[in-house]
Parts: sequence; structure tokens; C-alpha cells
Amino acid sequence: MNWQATITLFGSVAIIFLIGLIASRSQKTNNSFMQEYYLGGRSLGGFVLAMTMTATYGSASSFIGGPGAAYNEGLGWVLLSVTQVATGYFTLMILGKKFAIVTRKYKAVTLVDYLKERYQSKWVVLLSAFSIIIFLFSAMAAQWIGGGRLIESLTGLSYTSSLFIFVITVLIYVTFGGFRAVTITDAIQGSIMFIGTLVLLIAVIIAGGGLPAIITDLQAENPNLITPFGAEGTLTPAYVSSYWILVGVGVVALPQVAVRAMSYKNTRSFHRALIIGTIVVGFIMLNMHLIGVFARPILPGIEVGDTVMPLIALEVLPPWLAGIVLAAPLAAIMSTVDSLLLLVSSTIVKDVYINYINPNAVRKKVQRLSMGVTAVLGVIVFLMAVNPPDLIIWLNLFAIGGLEAAFIWPIVMGLYWDRGNKYGAIASMAVGVTSYIIFQTFYPDPLGMHTVVLSILLAFIAYVGFSLGTEKKQIHV
Amino acid sequence: MEKDRIQEKDYRYKIANREALIGIGLVVFNFIWWFAFAYRLGSKDPSEYSYVFGLPSWFFYSCVLGIVVMAVLVFIVVKLFFKDVPFEDEELEDK
Repeated sequence: MNWQATITLFGSVAIIFLIGLIASRSQKTNNSFMQEYYLGGRSLGGFVLAMTMTATYGSASSFIGGPGAAYNEGLGWVLLSVTQVATGYFTLMILGKKFAIVTRKYKAVTLVDYLKERYQSKWVVLLSAFSIIIFLFSAMAAQWIGGGRLIESLTGLSYTSSLFIFVITVLIYVTFGGFRAVTITDAIQGSIMFIGTLVLLIAVIIAGGGLPAIITDLQAENPNLITPFGAEGTLTPAYVSSYWILVGVGVVALPQVAVRAMSYKNTRSFHRALIIGTIVVGFIMLNMHLIGVFARPILPGIEVGDTVMPLIALEVLPPWLAGIVLAAPLAAIMSTVDSLLLLVSSTIVKDVYINYINPNAVRKKVQRLSMGVTAVLGVIVFLMAVNPPDLIIWLNLFAIGGLEAAFIWPIVMGLYWDRGNKYGAIASMAVGVTSYIIFQTFYPDPLGMHTVVLSILLAFIAYVGFSLGTEKKQIHV
Repeated sequence: MEKDRIQEKDYRYKIANREALIGIGLVVFNFIWWFAFAYRLGSKDPSEYSYVFGLPSWFFYSCVLGIVVMAVLVFIVVKLFFKDVPFEDEELEDK
């Protein structure tokens, strides 16, 4: 067990959370509890908005898994990962002002609120609430497993105790802090990631003897590592390009990202967020994956991709600094979990309970229920993460692509195409999710592209087809 | 009908729509830049690669410079073409 690294790691995480809690307490407003707990009173500034987008999206999958994949595939994987720079500007520009204006008109607090008002259909609400709960719940369990593993590999504690520490921190925080505390924490975490990856990258380059030496070593080991085609030459241009849809453009449709696009204060914050977000996402994605590639000549033969980040940090940095730098991935996982937890809880409380079970619940009741549901959810996820059921692991594979296939057209076309209606939305969600799951299971990566591309295309046809096909019916109603 | 009330012409929508189109334009440009440099320069045999700052040139232009170019473009576009619009403060229901 590495005491110095452990202490600085937990020290950093504790400080981040304390700041988040204090900052969120000091900003009492007269907003409704719902607006405040789930949206931070729609008052995010530009910096916080940019950072919370970055931290929510560019997290565990890219922070732990990404460098591991880059370690194995070489520069080709970095090429694939920088497609995420599009999320920095595209998501906000597309949802942009229109989403902020429309959701304010609708008084929508969640993505489902927006869909409910836009399509006026109980089925749209239930279908989307269902997809969010299923997919995000599984995504969350996977993140918790990742968080537990990271603490385990650094501290040497058992997996269950690591997971327990992780879960307790997250739960206390989300239950009491709500959205604003989470976004402020995201801002700090984003900054740590930004500086941390830079420090680590520089240290890795120095340890590897400079850029030319590292590239020569990589080329000597396997020339494919420095081509765009991956270690085995399997990363085809079509496949890599399809990541523009999966992790670039399609991110518009992820509920945890969309909800942030309605939470900013004014257009000035929005403009600042666009600029900061693009720089920060690009910088972090590039650095982080380069670290994975450059780690290869320094620490050859790492078997488990997920351990590349912790191992290389402990190798090239003094232990206390490694602890601080590793607080970044840990913080990233935590912030993803935080936002997912809030989102699932808001879906249950706001979208299902208040809409259909008890529309007249008073503030006190809603408040207690929100915190209670959040806490109970956390406990359930913990139990699942201790001994993950196969179903969760299976569902997690579909989480991101499935959500994108389900929501991209109901959100985007709902905003920009007046003739889109509830039949189109329902058909699009059903076709998107089903085709995604079927293709992924029986015929993955059709036409050499990631499955999500074809599903999104089919979902589009369904949306437009059903909207136009049912138009007459709508007018008569 | 509910839908008409919400979709009624609001001058802010025109601005929002234009900015969304700019977003699409940027992403298309980004993709072309990324794709052209990566596969034009990167499809040779690795022994024939040229290097910029110690990195293979395809990688430098496509990924490193690509990100810098996008950051600068986004900055310029936002400063020149994006307009501030007000979000009226609506009374927030007490729930």
C-alpha cells in the first residue's frame, strides 16, 4: 500500500467535495426545490457549464478505459478519441439557445419534462423514463465498479472495502448537495483533469526520453502503433469515422448532457462555455490518450488496460503527486456517478411520481422523496456493484449507443421540426433502441461502422415516416 | 393547440436556428480536416513518415493542430456570429 499516494488521493477528493458543498450551501435562492436540487436554479456560469459538460461526458469510459485502449492500439486510438472534441461545441450549439428558451417556456426541469411538453403523450414519457432508468442504471453500476477498482489498485484495500468507501462519499454528497454542488465539483474536477493530464503527459515524455525516442521505440516494437490503423491494422477509416457519431455528434442525445444544456444562466455564460469547453475537451482527450500510448515503451507488458493510468502515474511521478493526479480520474468517475444518480432519481420522482402518481405532492414531501430515492438508488447500485449480475454488464454495453438511438431524433427534431409529433417520437425511440440491441447482438458493426450509425439512421426514418404518416389524424384531433 | 403556442414565432428562434447550422458547419469542417490529414498522410508505410515536433506528421496535423484550429474557429465564430438574447425570468412554481 502506498501511503503517500493514498493520503493525497483522498485528501484531494475530500477537499473537492467540501468546496462543492460549501459553495452550494452559500447560494440559497427562492427557486423551487425541484429547480434547485435538479438544475441548480438554472444559474450556471460559463466556466462551470463547460467543465461540468466535460466532466460528465469525458469520464470513466475515456479516463480509465481510454488510455488502456490507446496503450494497446497506439496512435490510431488517439485519432479515434479526438473525435470527442466535437462534443465541446457541437452539443451546446445544436441544443443551444433553442433548448434553453423552450425548456424555460415549458418550465421543464428534466429531459423527460421537455419531451412530455413537446409531444403531450404519456407513452413518450413512460418510454423515455424507462430507457433512462434501465440504461443509466446499468451505466452507473459499471462506473461504480470502475471507481472501486481504482481505489483498490492504488490503496491495496479489498475490492469491497474500496467500493464501500467510494459509495459512501458519493452518496453523502449527492443526497445533500444536489445539482449545484455536483456541477461545482465538476468544475474543480475538470480543472484537476486538465492540469493533471498535462503534468502526467510531461512526466511521461521525460521518462520516455523525449518524443522522438518514444516514437522510435513504438515503431521498433510494432510499426502499426504509429499508424492510424491500430496495432493489428484493424481500425478502418469507416470504423474510426463512425465514432464521430457515437462519441461526437450523438452525445447531444445523452440525458445527462442534455440536462446541462438547459441549466445555464444566460447567453453570455453559454458563449463562454462553448469556447472553454472546446479547448478543455480537446486538450484533455488528446493528453490522456497520448499518455496511454507513451506509457507503452516505459512500462511494457501491462495486461489489464484499466490499470495503465494508475501504474504509469506511480511510475513516473513522486507518490504524493501521483495521488493528486489520480484524484482526477477518480473525481471523473465520481462526477459521472453523481450526475447519473441525480438523473435517475429525478426521472423517478419528477417524471413518474409527480406526473402520474401524486401530482399534488407538497414541497416538503418532494424534498424528502428526492433525497430518499437518491439514497436508496445508491444502496441498490452498491449491492449490484459488489457482485455484478451479468444482466447489468450486458446492459451497460448498450447504454451510450442505446440512449443516443432512443433520444437523438425526439430531442433534435422536436426542437427544429414543427411537424414532428408523438407518433414519430414513439416510433423513433422504439426503432432506435430495438434495432440497436438486435444489431449489436446478432450483426455488430454493419458495413464496418459502429452499430449506432445504422440505428440512428433507422430511427430517423421512423421519426419522419410516422410523423408525416399520422399528420392527418393529428389535425382532426 | 399546445404545439402551436410553443412553436409560435419568436425572434430568438431565428438566431438559435442559425447558430445550430453554424454548429453543423463546424463539425463537417472538423471531420474533413481530421479525416484528410489522418488518412492522406498516414496511409503510407510508417518508414516513410515525416515528423513534426517528433510526432508523425499525420498525427500532428490531424489531431494536435486539428484541435488548435477548432478551438480558434469556435472562438472566432462565437465572437463574430453568436448573439446575446435574453431569457426572461419566469415565476418558478413552488414544488
